[in-house]
Amino acid sequence: MSFETAGYQLAPVLPEIVLAIGAMALLMLGAYRGQGTTSAVTSLAVVLLVVVGVLEYMLPAGKHVTFGGSFIVDDFARFMKILALIGSAVTLVLSTEFLSDPSRRIFEYAILVLLSTLGMMVLISAGDLISLYLGLELMSLALYVVATSNRDNAKSTEAGLKYFVLGALSSGMLLYGASLIYGFTGTVSFTGIAAAATVSNVGLIFGLVFLLVGLCFKVSAVPFHMWTPDVYEGAPTPVTAFFASAPKVAALAVFTRVTLTAFPGIVSQWQQILVFVAIASMALGSFAAIGQSNIKRLMAYSSIGHMGFALVGLASGTVEGAQGVLMYIVIYVAMTLGSFSIILAMRRNGQAVEQISDFAGLSRTNPLLAFMFAMLLFSLAGIPPLAGFFAKWYVFVAAIKANLFTLAVIGVLTSVVGAYYYLAIVKTMYFDEPAGQVDPVRVEVKTVLAVAGLFNILFALFAGPVVSVASAAAKSLF
Amino acid sequence: MTTWPILSVTTFLPLVGALIVYLSRGDDEAAKRNSRWIALWTTLITFAVSVILVMRFDPANPDFQFVEKANWLATGITYHMGVDGISLPLVILTTAVMPFCIIASWKAITNRVREYMMAFLILETLMVGTFSALDLVLFYLFFEGGLIPMFLIIGVWGGPRRVYASFKFFLYTLLGSVLMLLAIMALYWNGGTTDIPTLMHTAVPRSLQTWAWLAFFASFAVKMPMWPVHTWLPDAHVEAPTAGSVVLAAILLKMGGYGFLRFSLPMFPLASHDFAPLIFTLSAIAIIYTSLVALMQEDMKKLIAYSSVAHMGFVTMGIFAGTMQGVAGGMFQMISHGIVSGALFLCVGVVYDRLHTREIAAYGGLVNRMPLYAMTFMVFTMANVGLPGTSGFVGEFMTLLGTFKVSIPTAFFATFGVILSAGYALWLYRKVVFGALVKPSLASMKDLTFRECLTLFPMIALTILFGVYPKPVLDMSAASVQQLVNNYNTAVTAVKAAALLQ
Repeated sequence: MSFETAGYQLAPVLPEIVLAIGAMALLMLGAYRGQGTTSAVTSLAVVLLVVVGVLEYMLPAGKHVTFGGSFIVDDFARFMKILALIGSAVTLVLSTEFLSDPSRRIFEYAILVLLSTLGMMVLISAGDLISLYLGLELMSLALYVVATSNRDNAKSTEAGLKYFVLGALSSGMLLYGASLIYGFTGTVSFTGIAAAATVSNVGLIFGLVFLLVGLCFKVSAVPFHMWTPDVYEGAPTPVTAFFASAPKVAALAVFTRVTLTAFPGIVSQWQQILVFVAIASMALGSFAAIGQSNIKRLMAYSSIGHMGFALVGLASGTVEGAQGVLMYIVIYVAMTLGSFSIILAMRRNGQAVEQISDFAGLSRTNPLLAFMFAMLLFSLAGIPPLAGFFAKWYVFVAAIKANLFTLAVIGVLTSVVGAYYYLAIVKTMYFDEPAGQVDPVRVEVKTVLAVAGLFNILFALFAGPVVSVASAAAKSLF
Repeated sequence: MTTWPILSVTTFLPLVGALIVYLSRGDDEAAKRNSRWIALWTTLITFAVSVILVMRFDPANPDFQFVEKANWLATGITYHMGVDGISLPLVILTTAVMPFCIIASWKAITNRVREYMMAFLILETLMVGTFSALDLVLFYLFFEGGLIPMFLIIGVWGGPRRVYASFKFFLYTLLGSVLMLLAIMALYWNGGTTDIPTLMHTAVPRSLQTWAWLAFFASFAVKMPMWPVHTWLPDAHVEAPTAGSVVLAAILLKMGGYGFLRFSLPMFPLASHDFAPLIFTLSAIAIIYTSLVALMQEDMKKLIAYSSVAHMGFVTMGIFAGTMQGVAGGMFQMISHGIVSGALFLCVGVVYDRLHTREIAAYGGLVNRMPLYAMTFMVFTMANVGLPGTSGFVGEFMTLLGTFKVSIPTAFFATFGVILSAGYALWLYRKVVFGALVKPSLASMKDLTFRECLTLFPMIALTILFGVYPKPVLDMSAASVQQLVNNYNTAVTAVKAAALLQ
């Protein structure tokens, strides 16, 4: 097998191959058996994601590079991929209720989530600009369609279209930046770029800026965040939960890999961009959320702010910073999935309610739900001893080490502003008079909530192992 | 010597109690009674365990005792607990005050009793943990975590303006603390660890000392609270339920003073020396200004809240005097204020439970109907004034003595506080207790019940005992305070000598 020996082994790609073939098989199943198979396809898709996750976990340790350097599997990639797979699988589980409605029996939903997840995995493992773009587009195209999956709803359609138009624009910018980088360095591979980009030259910086613009759009960092509130509000809630978790993991992963492995020679150039983007995201995420009355819109601003915090870690450009990003994204995914399972649980008389005022007095009508949400909100605000505190600790500790004091001070101050609107929801739930009973919570939502909630509350007890895994994954990038 | 982790047991026992309360389901009267009893027994057992700490504590040893260490987060952040002569009195104060809080809430809290008791028990764990953590991250965890239950206590069971007060309390304290968090990170990179005993012996560069001192100051000054960042305290006190005010005054405020003693002085001695004039100025202003403000109050709780700020001024002044008498006096004043102000809030709670108003003008002539209450209230009023023979005198006298050696103007101005405190405290006492009982609403007031005597009489005993015989508290902390003062003075003189040589 001369093909294999020349650096084109297939073993490291096994999970992706299984996912691709599985997704196509499920597509066949759905296409031939019709919409009646929706629940079967969805369940099988969850199983498939779990299997792929196990395969990813069982890959031999160490760094594997294949396809001539375009595809990298290291500890970092494994960590992020498993996290993205968990995010996708959990959101599929949360979608059961949404898909059970007779008018929305669409088996394509699960297939699209699978294909999008495949795109994420390629994106996370990308070793050059080509595979980066391939992964990004595979992920995004599936996402645009998923956003409109509630097709009779004008808002959902609007969300999908908006996301598509702006997403296409950002992809174009990213591609333009990639072509400039190729032009000035003569290579598309990250290692090649790193070797060539030791001194800053204007063309390269130009390309870098456009590349970062594209990536900022995907992580919804300010000033490329405009789509986020509308898409979050318009898309069906399970889809919003999906948008807020797995794609963010993938985008942040590739953001980290590109900046740290392709441009380590010109850290000072991209550092100032990231410092600005992080400050702007944290500030906007905190201040703009105060006026929101729709919980999904509020979560959109909250996620913008959280991406800003994650970028604080990345801005330091060190191994501690990468570790901070990894810690942040793990905890962020858990908090987000927990919060969205609460939003999904908020139903009155069979109708989903999304206004913050609908949470009034929840502590008396459903104490456990209110308690879990309150803990998640305190955690999102970064109050110890909850998980969110550790997320903030690891990104800011990296920023302090890199002497980014201004960034750190502004960051923690905006987190105090952010605490205000999280507290406002706690206040609604605990201090206000009840606004009526909540429907019984479905069992799958309960399960997700219990796992995410306990992870969040008890994180301090098992933080040690998570930190070591994240630290090993971060070191694999350097 | 110890085979079981006695300090961790003291810390986490209330948490176990909270879990038991949680498991005792139900909303009827029996369930409410159950959660009250479980909470009371938990706090009593916790207190009993903490008494073992005192018995096994070696007061001659200035270092940390009952030390427990376990792996926690990787890279220099461990689960490290221990107490010395500075933290142990505060731990005991916490465990001792909690049963009184539970008893004081027995009849006053009737809705959501289960949640209320859980919030208090969780708060106890976090407070004891704050005083016994020997790792900065662990300390911060407990220190900040306390905001959550206190926020809920004020917000759910508080008075009419509870939402405003709870938000102000939470955000004010958080704002101060996040800056301290950044300083903790800077110390972590400077020393490679967040272990407090190690960091105490790690040299901190002069510029970092200044910044870190300011960041820690931001947090502790708010918590203490010092003028001008004290404005959250009167609001929080007025709106909180009685037991919430007691915890706030008796224990939460002490976290600020404890922080200065544990971190600012030992870790940043040079910056502490540099900034001492600032602290002296702020303390003197706090003592005089807030005493004057207290004179104008119409709400009993607000008056006591302002007097708390004034008394905390003595503590900060004494601590930063850096003399043996000043620091030991500050330490003693914290314990004494914990008892006295806690008891004063309980006294306000007694009449509030009967008449549901805290307005001073609504009362008058209570001595005619409530002689026992009048006597109790008088003891604590006198202790608040600092009358010799009560514990309030010892703390104020020692801090003034310690400060006199360092800064005569500060001691001079602070002494006015003693006079002013007599003004507002006696004025309050006269308006509420003396005079003729003319208001018809007061005609049916009942004297102290057995339950109320149970909470107040032990505190009277302690106030007078520590007033005439302060030795137990002073002895417990003496060795640790001596070591702290020695290290501080050595560091400061070393720098002065170096400056002279140049």
